[in-house]
Amino acid sequence: MEFNRGDSEASRILRDIQALKDTKSGIEHKLSVLEARLQEINLQDDAVSNGSSAPSSTVDSGFGNGLTPDMIYRYSRHLLLPSFGVEGQANLLKSSILVVGAGGLGSPALLYLAACGVGRLGIVDHDLVELNNMHRQIIHTEAYIGQSKVESAAASCRSINSTIQIVEHKEALRTSNALEILSKYDIVVDATDNAPSRYMISDCCVVLGKPLVSGAALGLEGQLTVYNYNGGPCYRCLFPTPPPTSACQRCADSGVLGVVPGIIGCLQALEAIKIASKIGEPLSGRMLIFDALSARIRTVKIRGKSVQCEVCGDHATFDQEQFLEFDYEKFTQSPLSASPLKLNLLPSDSRISSKEYNERIINGEAHVLVDVRPAHHYKIVSLPKSLNIPLSTLEGRLPEVSSALKEEEELNGIVSDSTAQLYVICRRGNDSQRAVQYLHKMGFTFSKDIIGGLESWANNVDRNFPTY
Amino acid sequence: MQLTLEFGGGLELLCESKKIHSVNVEPQNGAAKLNMKDLLLWVHTNLIKERPEMFMKGDTVRPGVLVLVNDCDWELSGQLETSLEEKDVVVFISTLHGG
Repeated sequence: MEFNRGDSEASRILRDIQALKDTKSGIEHKLSVLEARLQEINLQDDAVSNGSSAPSSTVDSGFGNGLTPDMIYRYSRHLLLPSFGVEGQANLLKSSILVVGAGGLGSPALLYLAACGVGRLGIVDHDLVELNNMHRQIIHTEAYIGQSKVESAAASCRSINSTIQIVEHKEALRTSNALEILSKYDIVVDATDNAPSRYMISDCCVVLGKPLVSGAALGLEGQLTVYNYNGGPCYRCLFPTPPPTSACQRCADSGVLGVVPGIIGCLQALEAIKIASKIGEPLSGRMLIFDALSARIRTVKIRGKSVQCEVCGDHATFDQEQFLEFDYEKFTQSPLSASPLKLNLLPSDSRISSKEYNERIINGEAHVLVDVRPAHHYKIVSLPKSLNIPLSTLEGRLPEVSSALKEEEELNGIVSDSTAQLYVICRRGNDSQRAVQYLHKMGFTFSKDIIGGLESWANNVDRNFPTY
Repeated sequence: MQLTLEFGGGLELLCESKKIHSVNVEPQNGAAKLNMKDLLLWVHTNLIKERPEMFMKGDTVRPGVLVLVNDCDWELSGQLETSLEEKDVVVFISTLHGG
């Protein structure tokens, strides 16, 4: 039979895929063992030739400038720059930079910082590489999907420059570990994706006296500035009060054109390099604003250090102890790791699981499914026969819901004493609850939300249903 | 008085996704000059089409919005008291957190 043939072919392919995956992970394991061994040998060689175990140390090579012949050749194009030269490169080689976040901003920042010869480069992240990161987080390769971003980023950095020290911090940055981690570096690059982390990193930099290169990107826009540098403002001088959570959009919800964080991340590397090598004018007291659609970059003058700043101001008493006790999630009302919001607005009898909904479809229940996602989401993927009424337009489109229900009832020959059911779905199950809340208020008291939305449908009902 | 107003960082979504607005705003209540306080109220009434709470809080912009008058933070020119002149460019930009 057709069905059986397709089925057995599919299982054969699945077996082949599994076998290849096993081979691949075997090879990857061998590779990482060899890489580790090679690094050990390199470290020992350095220790022998330099009389020191730190690869970043610039022990005099006999040429008077502290650079070894290999360094002179590798960084020759830097050394040829009159305004950078041997001095700039030597400063860079002596410096240490921490990049918090190996995502869209951190990817290019780390690649350039590794390539340019920062002596010690630290990477903090707790996340794993996902397929939907690949369009912008260019430091990671497909082979690392499902593995630690820090390991993946560190491997890329080492493959570009094996002569610098790469430090892996495979953990989420929190108040409990931030002081210890940040204190080991000269410069901090904020490449995170959420408001509480940004306040926490800035405060920690103030407490420890570290300059902070801060970048952000969303959609088609980016922003960049340097905080806590040479008497300049800190993040809190600019934003003493956190914004409402509704103003803190995430790339996972609003989207981002991959190259936009790429551009900002490159500029972050540039600012970090300028500070580390002591050249040029770092972007302190100024902010660079990038608009991709109009191809415009404007650099504006922002306020200086605020006398009243609660963290860095003249009368501020904020110290390490207060930092340790400060609750950044409560302060900004949002979680430190940018996990999606999970609302619970409705009583349980107004909600059904995606599996239950599937059973009702199979049983042929008369119903209308309203999908309240924005129209451009609906275009990506949708359930068959669903009616797209974005939440923002629901108020004006209730008649459409009524007529869809009526049509469904007529189609199923339902008499007046029973009605077609009304279900509401969205991407993750938050907007659908808001919609059902509103529908209840407007008289559609029988409407129910599908818990966890299309994401739950893909996880629990149809594994082939695309997620985004 | 002829002004150019720009919205960015997502604030343009509050005014029909239009980023740049060339507008004519006259001093309010017979005053000789237009200041930022007047302009905020004018923007709130005339340009903001949805979720006004995402633009203003009390009589000023909500936390997380930077205001630039001729590419300069309004904190440096007197905030709400900043007086505006013909052809000034005022930018409202919401700070981004993504990465």
